[in-house]
Amino acid sequence: MSRLYEPTGFSRALETGAAWLLGFLWILPLAYAVWTAFHPSEYSAKFVLTAPLTLENFVRAWDAAPFARYFANSFALVTMVLAAQLVLGTLAAYAFARFEFPGKDIAFILVLVQLMIMPDVLIVENYRTMSRLGLLDSIPAIGLPYVASAFGIFLLRQTFKTVPRELDEAARVEGAGPVAILLKVYVPLAKPVYLAYGLVSVSYHWNNFLWPLIVTNSVTSRPVTVGLQVFSSGDQGIDWSIITAATLMTSGPLLVGFLLFQRQFVQSFMRAGIR
Amino acid sequence: MTTRSLWRTAAAGLAAIAFTAAAQTEITFYYPVAVGGPITKTIDQMSADFEKENPGIKVKPVYAGTYQETLVKAITAHKAGTPPTTAILLSTDMYTLIDEEAIAPWDELAAGADDKKWIASFYPAFMANSQTGGKTWGIPFQRSTIVLYWNKELFKEAGLDPNKAPATWKEMLEYAQKLTKKDASGNVTQWGVQIPSSGFPYWLFQGLTTPNGVELMNAAGTETYFDRKEVIEALQYWTDLGRKHKVMSPGVVEWGTTPKDFFEKKVAMIWTTTGNLTNVKNNAKFDFGVAMLPASKKRGSPTGGGNFYVFKKATKAQQEAAAKFAKFMTQPDRAAQWGIDTGYVAVRPDAWETKRMKDYVAGFPVAAVARDQLQYSVAELSTHENQRVTKALNDGLQAALTGAKMPEQAMKDAQAEATRILRSYKR
Amino acid sequence: MNRPAITGWLLVLPAAALLALFTHWPIVGTVWDSFHATPKGANPAPFVGLENYQVMIADEVFWKSLWNNLWFALGTIPISIALALVMALWVNSAMRGRTWLRVAFFTPTVLPMIAVANIWLFFYTPQYGLLEKLTTGLGFGTHNWLGTESTALACMIVVAIWKEAGFFMIFYLAALQSIPPSLAEAAALEGAPRGYYLRRIVLPLLMPTTLFVLVNAVINSFRLVDHIVVMTRGGPNNATSLLLFHVYQVGFSFWDTGYAAALTVVLLAILALAAIGQFVFLDRKVHYQ
Repeated sequence: MSRLYEPTGFSRALETGAAWLLGFLWILPLAYAVWTAFHPSEYSAKFVLTAPLTLENFVRAWDAAPFARYFANSFALVTMVLAAQLVLGTLAAYAFARFEFPGKDIAFILVLVQLMIMPDVLIVENYRTMSRLGLLDSIPAIGLPYVASAFGIFLLRQTFKTVPRELDEAARVEGAGPVAILLKVYVPLAKPVYLAYGLVSVSYHWNNFLWPLIVTNSVTSRPVTVGLQVFSSGDQGIDWSIITAATLMTSGPLLVGFLLFQRQFVQSFMRAGIR
Repeated sequence: MTTRSLWRTAAAGLAAIAFTAAAQTEITFYYPVAVGGPITKTIDQMSADFEKENPGIKVKPVYAGTYQETLVKAITAHKAGTPPTTAILLSTDMYTLIDEEAIAPWDELAAGADDKKWIASFYPAFMANSQTGGKTWGIPFQRSTIVLYWNKELFKEAGLDPNKAPATWKEMLEYAQKLTKKDASGNVTQWGVQIPSSGFPYWLFQGLTTPNGVELMNAAGTETYFDRKEVIEALQYWTDLGRKHKVMSPGVVEWGTTPKDFFEKKVAMIWTTTGNLTNVKNNAKFDFGVAMLPASKKRGSPTGGGNFYVFKKATKAQQEAAAKFAKFMTQPDRAAQWGIDTGYVAVRPDAWETKRMKDYVAGFPVAAVARDQLQYSVAELSTHENQRVTKALNDGLQAALTGAKMPEQAMKDAQAEATRILRSYKR
Repeated sequence: MNRPAITGWLLVLPAAALLALFTHWPIVGTVWDSFHATPKGANPAPFVGLENYQVMIADEVFWKSLWNNLWFALGTIPISIALALVMALWVNSAMRGRTWLRVAFFTPTVLPMIAVANIWLFFYTPQYGLLEKLTTGLGFGTHNWLGTESTALACMIVVAIWKEAGFFMIFYLAALQSIPPSLAEAAALEGAPRGYYLRRIVLPLLMPTTLFVLVNAVINSFRLVDHIVVMTRGGPNNATSLLLFHVYQVGFSFWDTGYAAALTVVLLAILALAAIGQFVFLDRKVHYQ
């Protein structure tokens, strides 16, 4: 948008004020988490500037649950899911964008079904399937239902369709096979799409909760979200100091990562045409 | 499991293999706790001690999360044909486990005279939730009950005797009225009393129905009595605290924030589990007291917490080893130590006669309140289709507390729902 | 079949197989199971026809969850989309502190709902919670926000809006940045006022984004129950029970898979209706290639 239509004068002040107020409200939970995590628990409901600082909540949280393990599980989960999604999605999107085969239209509609009906609502049946496959309580069980992603396929197909046919033909004349063409011509051109999709996928699976809660029961497979829940739902009531410390510990790296790269993300969204 | 205890277990296992030519019996033991923290270390230590005493048996503790998750995991494993040998699960899961044909009765495994004595050594209040149809399905291990905590400072401020807790419903209401404070504009700044009602209000409700002289279900777990006059009276008392007398926050009060409300001095008296004793001791910055729940027609409170169960599909040798293990874990000295470490109520009278327990109580007398209340305690609500029936009651209680229904209507609806759910179990 | 056709199928196959196993098959299975009782022990589940659906019609919690879910959707979808648009406009303008604002708006996306739900629980706590400090500071009385049937669902809606708006903002932001500046220049030459420019030029150009965000918002309003699990467990008296939470309870606390399947069918039907509505109604208005 051009600078031509910026708000001016009084309305400018008003909008800036409103934006700041909204921004303040939006950051409030994080601000509270930071406050509470670094102060003794008496101060978790009292906000006095002279409150002493402490790291003890982090020590207690770290001792109370194997967060390092949960963290590693979540990390393995999102990497595996993303990698598989990208490979499967790229192959399928390539076929849908550039190949003619019988049943293609129906197959594509069947893919689109998953855009609306995501695995999240099919928990009962998918639990049964996992149990039959003997995969319950494992990291693959959390990730598998999401590995073929309609969103990814759809997005990449749209992108591949915009690649000029001439590039494709030129590579073919040089004797490249379909997979070589895909890797040399299509994939490099779709980089921003991959980045934008990666952002969506990682934040989705890092934060996913209900399905992992259902299929995991042990430390070896539990992701951070479920670990946090198990940890905070004690009989003895809520200890916010320790929960906020755990929250910061577990989402800190992701938070910092997104803050550092946010501009690039927006740009890749823009170029990816997700808008 | 820590690396050290892993090594210890491994070493014990190796030693056992070296010394006994006989085949090793391995028992898996599901224990409901999120891994880490002091409790797992205690359990690991106790398992290692047991292996030392019984070289032919190896114990493999599995820490499975909350009670609910442990139950799900145990039943799923049972259905898949690979159940644990033994597990600590809620006493109220007994009927569910029986209906799933997942567990075996202990008295068939432990049929000797000694064993009979062992089974008879626990507080009868705890056995109420562990026996049905003449069989013993659960061995009490970590059990709790509801008690009243009060803030002595606030009592003093209100002109009450700081060392005397309310003994009756009437007294609790009178005290609460004195303890409820309002600011100049009429807003309450401090409530008199708080009985939490989120999550599992049925349990706290039993702290009202039991003193009022009524039980919520029969011993077979096939009938409920939610619409009895005494039950409705108890609910009337509870709702009146909030809606009529305005000495308790109206609506549903969160269980999880209740201890914090108490620490923040926003409420002078709270009802919560004995399992919170250590938490309160560490975090209350004021002098506090612990008392039995107030009486209406008599004293009374439900029990809660977990029992040992043994699984049907385990081998005979495993089941027998599990019986040995359960016996070992509930020895008086060990039960006493467990109670001191965790805040649970030591499960048998002779545990309270041990030296270490006597010393502990001498230094911290409120620890004995829960024990003294046991003689008035009844089983926690537990029936067939337990989750559904308790949900029917919970919904009714919350409807009354939020004012959506009158207590009588709420309990009649809950009873109708429970009767419908249980119809196939009534023969 | 010719070679490209075979290659095409081979490329689609891995994704298709997994989609079939974890999306299509479960959908069919759900419908199938909804006509069967829950298996007990090792016996296969007997066919019971429409019994599960009859149970559903009589199930008050189901009706309450359905209505709650519709209100929840009506509350979250329009507000979170509108806020996302406004946020994007602000962040995209020359406003002072816009980088800081972008960070603030975006953080909820990165924090797991399960963690922030506990923090929101504190905000809503009567007497010493943050919201209470605000309301009592302004001279209003205290209120048990989550413990009262009339306010609990609204509190859940606020949490969901907070969680989602920033995520949707990113999409709008990307769309806004790719609107060519020449459009604004042309409009300015014509003397179009700001309101007119935003309404008649920017908004239509954002239509595909709005559709995309709308679809996501609809799905999320039926998919997201994390905060319910942590904050209210559907209470008080089912005032915050949503459909998927009810499915979760019936399926994984009561172990009544037959009935849980019937409930899931309703959820699937709603999502299918939403999909059809979108194709028929919105697709005509939006140019999608």
